[in-house]
Amino acid sequence: MASPAPANSLRSGPDENGHFGIFGGRYVAETLMPLILDVDAAYKAAKLDPEFQREFEYYQKHYIGRPSPLYFAERLTDHFGGAKIYFKRDELNHTGAHKINNVMGQALLARRMGKTKVIAETGAGQHGVATATACALFGMECEVFMGAEDVQRQKPNVDRMRLLGAKVHPVTSGSSTLKDAMNEALRYWVSKPDTHFYIIGTVAGPHPYPAMVRDFQSVIGIETKAQMMEAEGRLPDTLVAAIGGGSNAMGLFHPFLDDTDVALIGVEAGGYGIETDKHAASLTGGRPGVLHGNRTYLLQDEDGQITEAHSISAGLDYPGIGPEHSWLHELGRVEYVAVTDDEALESFALCTRKEGIIPALEPSHALAHVGKIAGGLPKDHLIVMNLCGRGDKDVDAVIPKLEAKGLL
Amino acid sequence: MKAGVGRIDAKFAALKDEGRAGLGVFITAGDPDARTSAAILKGLPGAGADMVEFGMPFTDPMADGPAIQEASQRALKAGMTLKGTLALVRGFRQDDKTTPIILMGYYNPIYAYGVDAFISDALDAGADGLIVVDLPPEEDDELCIPALKRGLGFIRLATPTTDDKRLPKVLTNTAGFVYYVSIAGITGTASASSDMITGAVERLKRHTDLPVCVGFGIKTPDQAADVARVADGAIVGTAVVNAIKDSLDGDGSATDSTVSDTLAFVKTLADGVRGARA
Repeated sequence: MASPAPANSLRSGPDENGHFGIFGGRYVAETLMPLILDVDAAYKAAKLDPEFQREFEYYQKHYIGRPSPLYFAERLTDHFGGAKIYFKRDELNHTGAHKINNVMGQALLARRMGKTKVIAETGAGQHGVATATACALFGMECEVFMGAEDVQRQKPNVDRMRLLGAKVHPVTSGSSTLKDAMNEALRYWVSKPDTHFYIIGTVAGPHPYPAMVRDFQSVIGIETKAQMMEAEGRLPDTLVAAIGGGSNAMGLFHPFLDDTDVALIGVEAGGYGIETDKHAASLTGGRPGVLHGNRTYLLQDEDGQITEAHSISAGLDYPGIGPEHSWLHELGRVEYVAVTDDEALESFALCTRKEGIIPALEPSHALAHVGKIAGGLPKDHLIVMNLCGRGDKDVDAVIPKLEAKGLL
Repeated sequence: MKAGVGRIDAKFAALKDEGRAGLGVFITAGDPDARTSAAILKGLPGAGADMVEFGMPFTDPMADGPAIQEASQRALKAGMTLKGTLALVRGFRQDDKTTPIILMGYYNPIYAYGVDAFISDALDAGADGLIVVDLPPEEDDELCIPALKRGLGFIRLATPTTDDKRLPKVLTNTAGFVYYVSIAGITGTASASSDMITGAVERLKRHTDLPVCVGFGIKTPDQAADVARVADGAIVGTAVVNAIKDSLDGDGSATDSTVSDTLAFVKTLADGVRGARA
């Protein structure tokens, strides 16, 4: 994990109660509070325990397959004709996305706490698959809450979870998507406080989750730093990552927050366009509010009711975002932009044909933004894009759309 | 006449004089529509409710079960807002000066409304206390402290997972009464045994002089009576919300019997509570 942050560092947050500026915190029902405090205490102790670190690093290397390569995407670099584009290949991790980085950390913590049962929420299913995988490995029971709508559109991942021995609960309350899956997982957790550990999949939720998930994911940025020094002898100029809840972006960005010469760009899901109300861009199109245990930017109406997000990517289809992103947005340290469904789809096709890599729809959003800026940048400008997941899960959904657009 | 937390205190003092526990009834504001909700609210004291927990609808009620979430959805679909909720309180308060109204819900609609404006408007409308489920003591500066300063009660939930070490923290900055959540879980699911409730109430009483009300999982007049024997109040939510739901037509709209059926059910609960210590 990251080295200790110096004073006045942007890497020193959150405070004791989990606040990043006004964002973050612990806005949960009293029923949940003792559970959250237990997790906090256990994580604090684990962080200081060399044995926990050793175990975590062991599984990162031998089970996940870290470090993931930093790959020079030469054909796409030529295609855009400007900045030099590198991919951080987190889609090569075991289970096919960055999600497993965090899951191994939390599963080890759960085991340390003596918990034998694990629950998780999932949108696209990548976090659910990663959690089911870790549970199979450690012999834990696993229950995954997934919006009924997502169960339909991410069937291959549902099957993978079942094969791994997890029980998938389709969630039909509310709008039947990721936010409702998180509601249900939290509801379930309060009824099983003694036996269950809740593995949250992104840098959101009540403290300590946003900080803990970030810490487990920051291996992405730490490796990127070292690998870029080796490849180019210097730090990159720009980092680009897709954002739903924001865990892959936070993992890449966090080790670079104090390197102020490095530009950081988070790419939200613009759906049909920010001007429509059909998008999932909480920072670009939302405002601060309180949901799922933290204060952060949310998609909501005037009365504070949470509105439904829309994205072609189930993994980005969430009306909130991690609180640290909200803080970095207001500080201006990270630039947040949005990319539409159509732009992401075109980048999906482009990456597949030019690099022989089928990216998930989530990083396809990041690539679409890279495509917008790379051409205008000098050839010695170094961009790293987090290729945070592979696209096998999206194939069924994408093919008819690409055919309709004449891209296949 | 006392308002705010004073009205809650006066009610529990009166109940003590009568030698009985109170019945708190939860309904969601605007369920299934504003007019019907106003009529149910108006009829609750006559049906025997001593206090009203008035739900502020929210899309994502994390601590509630399906029944109360669906009540929120019906209310929101029919156009209920926080402003509309306060208007219903104001209407009720024209005729009733003694029944406390506790606004119960989640923080985001209040945050969107603006904390200061909300406290002023809630007091002005005639609300007496707040239960905001997702504001634990750790976030007291947000709303609890400003509300208490203005005389609006802030009622805290204590739960089976709140141990003796944490309990003092939960009870600090609590006014009006303490709401004991009798099960580890969400509204409208399991019920605790009366032995467990008795033990829990005794534990709370060792830590506070405030009245202790018990809720979550009370579904029948008998269960309400059991609670009324040991606690200062029994709060029933899901069962009442289900009575509303059962009276609706196929489209989820109110029928001629919605108000009367709901109030008739509340009357059975009230009879249970009133007969408990007889």
